[in-house]
Amino acid sequence: MINLIHAENLSVIHNGKTVLEDVSLSISEKDFITIVGPNGAGKSILLKCLIGMLQPTEGSIKTSENLRCAYAPQDFSTENTLPISVKKFLTLNNKLSQDELNTVAEETNITNLLNRQIHSLSGGERQRVLLGRALAKKPNLLVLDEPAQNLDVNAQQSFYELIENIYENRELSILMVSHELHLVMACSKKVICLYHHVCCSGTPQSVVNDPEFVKIFGPEMSRRMAIYHHEHDHSHSHTHDENCQHISHIS
Amino acid sequence: MEDFLIHALIAGLIVAIVCAPLGCFVVWKRMSYFGDSLAHSSLLGIALGLLLGTNISVTILIVASGFAVLLLWLQQQRLLATDTLLGILSHAALAVGLIMISLIDNQNIDIYSYLFGDILSVGKKDLIVISIGGALVLSLLYTFWERFTLIALNEELAQAEGVSVIKMNLLFTLLMSIVVAISIQIVGILLITSMLIIPAAAARQWAQSPQQMAFLSMLIAAIAVILGLGSSYFWDIPSGPAIVASASAVFSFSALTKSLTS
Repeated sequence: MINLIHAENLSVIHNGKTVLEDVSLSISEKDFITIVGPNGAGKSILLKCLIGMLQPTEGSIKTSENLRCAYAPQDFSTENTLPISVKKFLTLNNKLSQDELNTVAEETNITNLLNRQIHSLSGGERQRVLLGRALAKKPNLLVLDEPAQNLDVNAQQSFYELIENIYENRELSILMVSHELHLVMACSKKVICLYHHVCCSGTPQSVVNDPEFVKIFGPEMSRRMAIYHHEHDHSHSHTHDENCQHISHIS
Repeated sequence: MEDFLIHALIAGLIVAIVCAPLGCFVVWKRMSYFGDSLAHSSLLGIALGLLLGTNISVTILIVASGFAVLLLWLQQQRLLATDTLLGILSHAALAVGLIMISLIDNQNIDIYSYLFGDILSVGKKDLIVISIGGALVLSLLYTFWERFTLIALNEELAQAEGVSVIKMNLLFTLLMSIVVAISIQIVGILLITSMLIIPAAAARQWAQSPQQMAFLSMLIAAIAVILGLGSSYFWDIPSGPAIVASASAVFSFSALTKSLTS
């Protein structure tokens, strides 16, 4: 397996505070990695280091020569001082043929939004547009920073279903930061629990049972996550059960 | 038409169509206070130019650029909120500039013309400076249009996609400094920001794309200059304020029409 990104012993010290401490991780082809962790754990900082937006204080990051990374930020300002349509936004500083535009729009289900103004979109629509722009770059690594943070529960769920579809249909890896533990656990292949350092990592199943995870998110959460993941293994439907709704309130 | 009036009209139109698209970015990036501060700092440039006997426009450009870089640097330090920082620096620059000018022993200095513009004094030499500065700003703005727009939309996204945001922001402040330097004679230090933001704000109500907004604001600014100069000539009122008042009138008219038609 080829490593797209290989990071070793990353540390970030910001204003005298240690934000990241000795974090190592590799992203291979066809990986689906989710970083979870409490607020202020350094998740976004880690993402920014990995995609080269931020220089770590210590440590090394090696990237593969054929890495094509695309990034979708948390959210987008909805200010309407700048008038721009979705179509124009997708092609802004981004050479794209009509065919490529149509393909990406269809894939992210934004074809009917192309002529709308960006500021008139709902949160879920805006996230799909950002995803579309990222996919238009034909990445082999898609980096998403809390992509569904500001969406309501239904929109969150359909957004993660969309991500899952993209992961299945395209030759790409996904690296994602997320708060929506219950949804993340269902679709990720690997989960990294971060609290300044890597507390634990592995399959979703192994992470929720890890004592470190229990320490950070509490035994109740761990138990619920384990149940949810178990159920998810049996039926691939994405309906929310009562447990799940509950968890989203806690997280 | 008399020579001085033709010069004034040409200079006014050039400044209008250069200020307008740059003003769109000022509106998008919420930088109007920044523009104000930059303009205030230019009084320091004027004072230095008068003291040292250097070319006023060039001195303004150098001082304003230095001021902009200092500001960007202080912003990075995050010691104070940006608006506080701007308030301190801009008024300090204005005050020191005024003191320096008052100390220069020269009866011919008309401070009023620096503060509110003196478009009717534009000569052939000034026209050349304004044309070169304006052409430079427009061509750079055109070249980097998409990158500037992406940064205005979302700085983080632009940076993640490999746009060098710091360099682009520095270039943008340089463009602002050039615009300030060539606009002072037309509308004066205290009114420059209005030439940047009023046409852009009026254009926003009708525009559906960034380019549309830029072109519409150029048109609106040009109308404001023609109306302003005309009323200044016929009613003998100061031209800088007349241009800005015309721009405000066009803005009000546009806002009213928009709210009635939609």
